[in-house]
This record gives sequence, C-alpha cells and structure tokens, in this order.
Amino acid sequence: MTVTSPLSAHLVSDQVFVIDQSRCIGCEACVQACEECGTHRGTSLIHLEFVDRTTSTQTAPQVCMHCQDPTCAEVCPADAIKQNEDGVVQSSLKPRCIGCSNCVLACPFGVPKYFALPDQMMKCDMCYDRSSAGLKPMCASVCPSQALWFGTPEEFAATRRGELLFEFRFGNQVVPTKVATVVDRADDGPLDVLGDPGGFRWQDDPFGLAGVV
Amino acid sequence: MAELPVTEAELIDRFGPHLNVEPAGGWNAGIDFDREVETHCCFCGQQCGIKLKVKDDKVVGFEPWYDFPFNEGKLCPKGVKRYLQNESPDRLLDPMVRDPGAPGGFRAVSWDEALDRTVSEIQRIQQAYGKDAFALLSGVSLSNEKSYLIGKFARLGLQTANLDYNGRLCMVSAGAAGKRALGLDRAANPWSDIPLADVVMLVGCNVAECAPITTSYVWRARDRGAKLVVIDPRVTPIARTADLFLGVRPGTDSAVLGAMLHVIIENDWVDHEFVAAHTVGFDEVAQSVADHTPEWAAKLSGVPAERIVEAARLWGTSATGMLMHARGIEHHTKGVDNVTACINLGLATGKYGKPGCGVTTITGQGNGQGGREQGHKCDQLPGNRDITNPEHRAYIASVWQCAVDEIPGKGLTAQEIMNAIHDGEIKGLLSICFNPLVSLPETRFTEEALDRLEFYAAIDFFLSESAQHADVVLAGSLHEEDEGTATSSEGRVCKLNAAKAPPGNAWLDWEIVLDLARRLGRERYFPFRNTREMFDEMRVASHGGTADYYGITWEQIEAQHGVFWPCPEIGHPGTPRLFEGGRFYHPDGKAKFFPAPYRPSAEEVDDEYPIWLTTGRVISQYLSGTQTRRIGPLVEQYPEPLCEMHPRLAEQLGVVTGDVVRVTSRRGSMDLPARVVETIRPDTVFIPYHWPGRQAANQLTQRALDPISKIPEFKVSAVRIERTGEHREVHDKRVTTLHEERR
Repeated sequence: MTVTSPLSAHLVSDQVFVIDQSRCIGCEACVQACEECGTHRGTSLIHLEFVDRTTSTQTAPQVCMHCQDPTCAEVCPADAIKQNEDGVVQSSLKPRCIGCSNCVLACPFGVPKYFALPDQMMKCDMCYDRSSAGLKPMCASVCPSQALWFGTPEEFAATRRGELLFEFRFGNQVVPTKVATVVDRADDGPLDVLGDPGGFRWQDDPFGLAGVV
Repeated sequence: MAELPVTEAELIDRFGPHLNVEPAGGWNAGIDFDREVETHCCFCGQQCGIKLKVKDDKVVGFEPWYDFPFNEGKLCPKGVKRYLQNESPDRLLDPMVRDPGAPGGFRAVSWDEALDRTVSEIQRIQQAYGKDAFALLSGVSLSNEKSYLIGKFARLGLQTANLDYNGRLCMVSAGAAGKRALGLDRAANPWSDIPLADVVMLVGCNVAECAPITTSYVWRARDRGAKLVVIDPRVTPIARTADLFLGVRPGTDSAVLGAMLHVIIENDWVDHEFVAAHTVGFDEVAQSVADHTPEWAAKLSGVPAERIVEAARLWGTSATGMLMHARGIEHHTKGVDNVTACINLGLATGKYGKPGCGVTTITGQGNGQGGREQGHKCDQLPGNRDITNPEHRAYIASVWQCAVDEIPGKGLTAQEIMNAIHDGEIKGLLSICFNPLVSLPETRFTEEALDRLEFYAAIDFFLSESAQHADVVLAGSLHEEDEGTATSSEGRVCKLNAAKAPPGNAWLDWEIVLDLARRLGRERYFPFRNTREMFDEMRVASHGGTADYYGITWEQIEAQHGVFWPCPEIGHPGTPRLFEGGRFYHPDGKAKFFPAPYRPSAEEVDDEYPIWLTTGRVISQYLSGTQTRRIGPLVEQYPEPLCEMHPRLAEQLGVVTGDVVRVTSRRGSMDLPARVVETIRPDTVFIPYHWPGRQAANQLTQRALDPISKIPEFKVSAVRIERTGEHREVHDKRVTTLHEERR
C-alpha cells in the first residue's frame, strides 16, 4: 500500500491537488461545495478554520493530504481505513469502523471527522468519484482564489509562483503526502502560511498606529 | 394605505424568511438528474457560468461549468448554493391582495382581480394627480430583455417620467464619471487584462467578498510578479497579503488619490505623449492637486505619507496597471469625484486601451451593467442614450413607433422618488426587483414613505420586506425560470437559460408587465410574444448608441461564450477592450480630465457622534437578502449583522466580541453584537447591510446624495456606541471542528 513517490501515485490523469493557504479568502465556497459531492452529499468533509480572526482574516482550508503512510490507518484498531491503488485514503469502511476516533486524534493534519450518525469516521477522499473520472474535486473546482488547486505539476510550474512541497515534518515524524502545499523553494522546508509580502511590512502595523495614541 | 396588514411576526410566520436547507427531495436527489442547464449565477455582476441540475422540473443541484471562460467552474458560496432558492417554501405561488383578515395579511386572488385592481388604481391616481404621480422602481437583477421592457413600459405603458432602479445604489457614480470623462459607461477592460498588469490597485473594492472570482485574476497577475496595492478602511481578505495597504479613513479617498496624482506629477511619471494626443484638461487637474501633498493627505486620511508615495510610485512607474474600484469609493456624496480621481490617475499615466492597462469599476449587481443600458434609468433611453437629447429621443421614438412627445422627460432618481412619496407628490408605486425598505438609507423614512402611498403593487417572487407593505402582490418569476441575457461587469453579454417554469400560479415577470400594458390600453406598443422578440427590438433600439448591441445574437453569445458590446454589426466579434489606440467616445475622440479635489463628506464625526460608520457586504449574502436570507447554508455562514471594531476602540468602550452594542446615529439606533478585530481602523466601525427591520444597518445611514449621480452616502456616517450589557456568542456555524455531530 505504500507509494514510492507522490508524483508517481497517479490518478487516472497526472493531476495533483495543491493547497496554497496564503491565497485563501475564507469564503467557504469549498465548505459549501464539499457537501455537494455525490459520495457524501449533505456532509461537508473539508475543514476551514480562522487562524485568529481577532488579528487577521487569514483562514486555512484543509483537505486530506493523503499521506503515503497514513497515520490514521496505522492507528486504526479495526483496520477500517484503506488506501486505494491511486494512493487516496478513504473514509472508514462502515462494517469495520468502531467509532473510536483514534484516527481523529492521531491525524497530524486534523482531517478525519467522526459522525455519531452513522457512527463512523468520514473524511475527504479527493472527490474520488470525480477525480477518477477526470474531473476536478468539488472544492478545487469552485475555489474562487484557487487556494485549492488541481492540475498537473507542469501546469503549476508554468502558471503559478512557488514550488510544490510533498513532505511535512512533525517532530521526528516525516510525513510524505500525495497532496502538495506551496513554498518559495521546496528545499527550504514548510511554508509560512502568513506569507512574506517582501520589503514593505505594512502587516506589522496596517493602520500606521505606531506612536499614535 | 400601505402599512403592514398584520404584525411582523404573522408575516414572517406565513411568508418567511424560512430557511431552505437541502435540495428538493433530499440530499440524494441531485445525484440522479434529468438534465443540466447551462446558465449563470443570479448573484452579482461577475455572471459566473454554472450548470443547474434539474429533476422532475425541480432544480436539485449544480455542476461547475468548466468551459465558461470567465470563471472556468469557480463559484463563491452564493453560487454553490444559489440552486436552493428555487424550492424555497416562501415562493409566492399566486397573486395576492392585502387582507388583514387573511393568514399573513394577504389573500390569494385571481390574476384578473389582481391586475384589474392594479390598473384601476394606476388610472385613478394618474387622473387625479397626473401621470408622474405613479412611479416605477425596478432593479438590475432583471435580464436585459426585462430591463428594456420595463423602461418602455414606464414611458409608454404607465406614461410616467418617474422610473428609476436599484442601480442607483450601485454603479451610478462610476457610470456618470465614465460618461463624463471617457464618453462611455462600461468597464474599460475584459478581466483577462488583469493578469497582464504589473500593478493591480484595488480601491474601495472588497473583491474577496463581493466579486470573489476576481481574486483569481489578481493572483494570476501576482504569479507574473505584479504588485498588489489595496486602499480600504479594512484589511479585507485580499488585502491581507497585499504588497502595499493604505488603510484610508472613510470619506478621504479623493485626498489620497489626489495626493498620488500630485506625486506622479512631481516626479514626472506622467505619460506626456498620451496626455497630449488623447486627452484634454490636464493642466487644470494638475493645478487642482498642487496642494494635495502626501503629508496633507496623510493627516486627513490616516494613511502614512510614505505609503501614498509608494502607491504613486508603483502606479506611475509600472509599464502596465489595472486600477479597479467599487462601492467603497462610489457610495459617497463625492462618488463621482472619487471615480474621476481614479480615471485621472489612469489618463495621466496613459494606462488605457492597452493590454494590462485600465481603470474600471466592478459592477455589483447581476445585470448591473446591462440593466442600466437598456433604458431602465430615469435619465436614459436604450443604448445608453440620453433622455434629454432630442436626437436620441427621436431615434427611440422611431423604433417604438410613437410620437417623440409620448416619451416622458427625465424623472426622479430612486431616493428622490422615495422622498417625493414621503412628501405626498407621488401617490402610487409599482416595484419589481427592488427592496427599498432594506436597501435605501434611513429605514424609518422609507417605511414612513411606503405607508403614505395610496396604492402600492409589487411584482415579487418572495414577499420582500417592501412588498409586505403592498396592496397587491403579483407573483413573478425567479432568474432560473426565464430565458434572456445579462451583461457582466466586464461588458460581456451572457445567455441565461430557463431551468424550469414558474411554479403554481406565478407568471413570468414580463407576462405580468405585458398584461398590465394591455389592460392600460397600450398593447400596441408591446407586441412581444417572448423575450427573444424583446431582445431583437432592444438590439435595434440600442443601435447607434454607445452601448450598441445591434450585432449580438443569442446564437453568437452561446457560440462565443459571451459577446462584449459595443457590437454594432452582425458578424462583429464584439469589443473586449475599450479605448484601444487612445480613442475615447467623445465626439473629438479625446478623454476629458475633470478636477476632483478633496471635499468633506456630508456628515463628519463630532463630540456627540465620534465614530465613523461604514457599511457593506459579506460573502454569504446578496444585497437586501430577499433571496440569500432564505438559503439555510448561507445564513449559517453569517447569521446576523455584527459590528466590526478595532481592539483600541473596544477597550475604550469596555467591549469584547459578542457584547451587544447600541450604535446610534442622527437617524436611528440599532443593537448588535460586536466583533473585535485588528483588521479595521480604530476610528471606524463596519456593519453589513443585508438585514431588515431592527437589524438594518440603513437605520443609521443618511439620505445625503452625490450631486451628479444621486447615489446615497452609505459609506460615511457618524455614530456613537455604547454597551447594552447583553452578550451572546457569535460564530460562523459552517466552520468545522475536528469532532462534530452530523447535521
């Protein structure tokens, strides 16, 4: 079930899912569209959080990163979480899931959700019904700012700034993922999601209040 | 006699807003469907393409329309959930008359009874008080065809001069400034020019919430290395990562924009060749900003002088640039001046008519651009013609086959119509697609005015707060129930397709209007059998005007995925980018500079009302909320108005997030929870305006109008704020947590 390189873990097409948190406008189109997906209609599985609305409008969308070696599956006592041949980590198998929420607690990205009804963990499956048929996932289809993006790495390189990063580090655990995030240089490590606008740091004092009483 | 027939609670119980939370037939209904209909979103001027899924004559879901080039499948949450409006339990299914004895205060009647009553009241009022004592208020969520019909119906059916529309609250400042300076009122560019710009300046436009798809165009420019400059009193979501942010105090935009021009002139970043060849009036404008130094503007606006200089440098020295503005600078008593100041920046640096260059408004309403061009505005005839121009009148009379004198003159603007109703000069009103009780300033005044009408008929699909005051309600049609065209913020004419027929006994809007014309004995001017015949007459009526649609056919729109006007001949491809080669639309081909020096807003803060109030929108609601306050998932995102304030102000007031505050202006007062955020100026609070009654932000705003555009000054009021002692949790019910119950 392990995949050697995320880029070799092709769906039907060569497309990859990319999250660029810096572009998120917090509009919730992804949350609204997720529940329109045919396989879990009426239940939104994507996460969208305000980082700290008091200080910023920064929001963070989180789809499943589809880890190469999914922690959620590793901690599942019922072996209910499976990864398919395309490397997509799926919702728990209903007959096996015991609703223990180990996966909910263990996922480093906080992705799985436990639902009391139907007593089961459900999670983002990259809209497998769509992506396996050559369509973009719902959230990446509608995302107005394209913070959520779906396409080929070549398309990304040709049209967007930044590089794709498929690896995260949580303490000593290195987590290779199928879903990418965007950084200035992939060699430099994880993305600062608050972004660096360059030389003029107005964000430190948006309204020029320093020294004004 | 148009006060509420029963209590507000009884009205809400019967007519809503009730929340529609899932598709007709349940969540699994949309998985199988009979057909997909390619059409456009009804919420906002971006006119995103969308496919509506239909099963058993019900709209049960949507599918992204990847092939439509503007949005390529992208949608904001309003677009995603727009399909839920159709099966709303509040949908009006019958014509009704006011009846305090009926449940909810309205009784269903036959169309004959409703229309006869309406026509007899129109005739009674017009015989007693004159033709102009009966007014028509319309709106530009209507298609081009319906906008054209309404314009013609007001002039030749009702024979009143007093027709105006809710675009008066939207784009009239931009329209007036554009016509005056450039000879034309349309976005200067297709949005495909945005990615070609080296600098993008967003001036008073919260694109992330009000034109969300535009953010993807801005990012495409930034992916090429473009700089983003944002001028706004709030750090809006698109401002958060901007290269430069100018946190301007409400009402001081023209000081900042004038100072930018001052810096551009001082540093000689002027495109002298362009100015000499293609413009007139530069010297006078240069003189008018001679004293607009960055230091002076900084004192007024609160924007540090060095940021004004840096913004001017970025705009003045970049080879290409797009400046986009919206209601943030247009909802002012100097809305036309503010837009003019933007246009001056574009003309001075030659940023017009070239790839990646332009200064353009972002029209807000679904058909805000097209609706105003088809003769739907008190001062305009089809083709953006001037109702006071004898040649324009003569041409339209020839198309309409009426005597020139039959076309009334210029009427009152929307707020002036409401003022005249309040004054008793206008006695009767027909409204369609306009909810003035929520959207006009000074709610109490509007309510008083509606109660003074002798007769009020409303065409509506839901019983809006204004329609609750009507004597007759005519059940009309929703966007997805009719076929026609709409023109997007870009100037792209798009095709709207019907997903289903109106339910129950409701009629298509235009069927109602045609029947009224017939009963008024004016059917000879309204021979239309369908909206296509209206479009074809409209094309001819627009021909030779600046907004020339003559060459556009429905087939061409569908084949090309939209056609940009002007399109003066059949076979013409349309005109995506305006002003190419520096050719403007005045007779001499030149653009005109107009001075727009800073002047104060109508109301300034003082000891009694020490805090600035500015109003606007949130992503999940649209305009007066008649549609979006009925869509459950959208209501959950932002359930009630919140008063945004900076921690410095909150500390002075002793307020934390969730504390209910009383905000009071000279017009009125409202209680609402505070949301304490560092993303707004400390001297300013923000309240969104989508709600009615005691939740209406417009209880606080004022009826001060721009002298040219007659747009109300929604963006600047003086208020005082105090704690009420009440507290409640405020949260977005859609934001997920790690462990949640299934809804």
